Amino acid sequence: MPVEITRENNPLRLPSDRRLNRIAGPSSLIIFGVTGDLSRKKLMPAVYDLANRGLLPPGFALVGFARRDWVDQDFEKVVHDAVKQYARTPFDEDVWRQLKQGIRFVQGEFDDDAAFDRLKATLTELDENRGTMGNHAFYLSIPPKSFPLVTEQLRRSGLAEQAPGKWRRVVIEKPFGHDLQSARELNAVVESVFPPDSVFRIDHYLGKETVQNILALRFANQLYEPIWNANYVDHVQITMAEDIGVGGRAGYYDGIGAARDVIQNHLLQLLALTAMEEPVSFDAADLRAEKEKVLSAVHLPKDLGSATARGQYAGGWQGGEKVLGFLDEDGMNPQSVTETYAALKLEIDTRRWAGVPFYLRAGKRLGRRVTEIAVVFKRAPQYLFAQSQTSALGQNALVIRVQPDEGVTIRFGSKVPGAGMQVRDVTMDFGYGHAFTEASPEAYERLILDVLLGDPPLFPRHEEVELSWKILDPIEQYWESLGGPLEQYKPGTWGPESADELLARDGRTWRRP
Amino acid sequence: MIVDLPDTTTSAISKALVKIREEGGAVALGRVLTLVIATELGEEEEAIEAANDASREHPMRVIVLSRREETAAEQARLDGQIRVGGDAGASEVVVLRAYGAAASDEEGLVTSLLLPDAPVVVWWPGSCPEVPSASALGRIAHRRITDAAEHSNPVAALTTLGRNYKPGDSDFAWTRLTLWRAQLAAVLDQPPYEAVESISVSGSADSPSTELLAAWLRLQLDAPVDLEVTSSLGSSGIHGVTLSRASGDIRLERVQPNIATLEQPNQPTHDISLPRRSLRDCLAEELRRLDPDDLFGEVVQKGLALLEATAAGTGPEGN
Repeated sequence: MPVEITRENNPLRLPSDRRLNRIAGPSSLIIFGVTGDLSRKKLMPAVYDLANRGLLPPGFALVGFARRDWVDQDFEKVVHDAVKQYARTPFDEDVWRQLKQGIRFVQGEFDDDAAFDRLKATLTELDENRGTMGNHAFYLSIPPKSFPLVTEQLRRSGLAEQAPGKWRRVVIEKPFGHDLQSARELNAVVESVFPPDSVFRIDHYLGKETVQNILALRFANQLYEPIWNANYVDHVQITMAEDIGVGGRAGYYDGIGAARDVIQNHLLQLLALTAMEEPVSFDAADLRAEKEKVLSAVHLPKDLGSATARGQYAGGWQGGEKVLGFLDEDGMNPQSVTETYAALKLEIDTRRWAGVPFYLRAGKRLGRRVTEIAVVFKRAPQYLFAQSQTSALGQNALVIRVQPDEGVTIRFGSKVPGAGMQVRDVTMDFGYGHAFTEASPEAYERLILDVLLGDPPLFPRHEEVELSWKILDPIEQYWESLGGPLEQYKPGTWGPESADELLARDGRTWRRP
Repeated sequence: MIVDLPDTTTSAISKALVKIREEGGAVALGRVLTLVIATELGEEEEAIEAANDASREHPMRVIVLSRREETAAEQARLDGQIRVGGDAGASEVVVLRAYGAAASDEEGLVTSLLLPDAPVVVWWPGSCPEVPSASALGRIAHRRITDAAEHSNPVAALTTLGRNYKPGDSDFAWTRLTLWRAQLAAVLDQPPYEAVESISVSGSADSPSTELLAAWLRLQLDAPVDLEVTSSLGSSGIHGVTLSRASGDIRLERVQPNIATLEQPNQPTHDISLPRRSLRDCLAEELRRLDPDDLFGEVVQKGLALLEATAAGTGPEGN
């Protein structure tokens, strides 16, 4: 008797078969805002890399939608050039030839009904000639203010309609609003057209291997979990530093600032993964439930003045280059009170983290580009050692380096060789690049594939977005009430003095990442 | 950097490795496994090259143990060579060329060079022992990789492998199939969800992968397989697969060296990039999972047996 085959039971795809990658089903990816930087530098190369790794189905199509007066061939050329320049994997003519058969371009404005009708006709044509089978993911790589228009057009043209056996998904990028209320409005717009489980919010940090490794490090090992709590941990520092300024994004950045730009999403997600309890499974619902629990337990210290710090980078020399101050950037409002550096102290009201502050900082034009989570442990009782013997011994720390040089560092004390007992800090280092060279896919590869597979664990749900705005809104309001001007910090340093004072008040210092 | 250590011992090689590490910084940290390549004198380079390439994904220590059928008259002697840095990819390579009686104790030659704790993988790029798991090197290994295609009678080599299978064995004939299998599995992920009623697989007679693919489909789909082998010169490997269902045939055929076409009822014909897999790709894939490949065990034991029973007309599906 031939084996029965159902949607759930594919006899050729056994759980015990570790070699087979899941290939996305027939589908198309439609990118709005396809002429933007993100699309060229990240999305198109990621699509090619997926194809090159054999993870895209033969029936795959890539459709660009933009105002530009292009035909399919022009767009194909743009994709080709973007792939050649930015793709991670080597260029393979055979793979490209197959991919390009599914490349289409639809020209139009977002308010042009005819353009969306053309888009619909294009997708119908692809369903027939390319075998995309009615499965379409719409990637909105466009400013949020255009969301209402585009989602409404998708609804009007019937492109958002869910039909049995076919799926329609929408992918949106940060910012998910600029405060709680706008986040809710934005969500209402998107979810009025697409059901919640068809909305994929991309926080590309969650697609990074190092970030997913936080779960493995914490929950697959016996070594860390016993000390991952207030009994042993003194405090946690989460840092996201960039060495560049706002440059050409001055207009966008004014009114947003470091806290809204990266703390609300990336840093709070890192905090959630670091602080959450062990989920009962890796299912999206279980994982999100734990993240939401811990985010809802975050609270701000009463006195926001002593628990936050902010600043703007000044002009000057940074690493051999003369750079403009934030207020002098081209197109910037010279009275801007937008912060380019923000630091916060957060507390988590759970038994695990009682009394353990989480310090978050993010900024531009800092010492170097780095993102890391440092879990700093309490100092061991030192009666055995004279003070002079351990003067070079700091607190033990476990540092998860999210980027660059992905890996984990542990700092601990070791005897200095020689006569006498001197203890000094040393590091034990795990580098992804040493243990698993070259295998890490780009975050966008992973996330685009997950969208096409309909696999949601790595995408934050709207509730998480709301919770993070609830954390940030009081701070933004407090800062707004203070007005300007903001403290200036020298470019290429680790931020304003007020940030150092923030930790000094607690008798601590920032780590130099 | 290449360091030659003529007429040496493994303990001298170990010392030289430590010295190189001290001089060159911590180059050897982060190695995740030891790969032992068991080969014949003069046949090392192709395997080393593949290992160096694969080491970009899996940093490892590579020990190449190179000998030949013992010739009693030959002077016993061990020549060592260490390659690090640019000459070794992201790995460090120790080449041991053993002559005469010095080649008799394979396990003893590699023991002192294995990395502490890290798993050991043995790869026989050419001929392999009849029972890999019972051989001197196979006994100390977590994973044993053979390559039936390198034998003079590849299909017989597969049968032997199936008869002597122990968890931890795998064969490149299986690894070369992964892309084919992934495409076929992906087709059945999609509607219509209908049982496959009959299967036909065609390929050249010298390709053990064709045989394994048929065995896998036979085992998983429990449908009769028509295995068509051609001995025509100039074409090697798998030619195509047809899965027949009520709604029509699914046909995956390799039409050009790197391209296959996929035909399905009511669907456009697709070109799929299906390149022949290089040694490097196969090795990198094998090293990705260091636990036993149970599915391979099933296919090479039960699947092949079912296939043979069908061919002989004695199986339950023997029509």
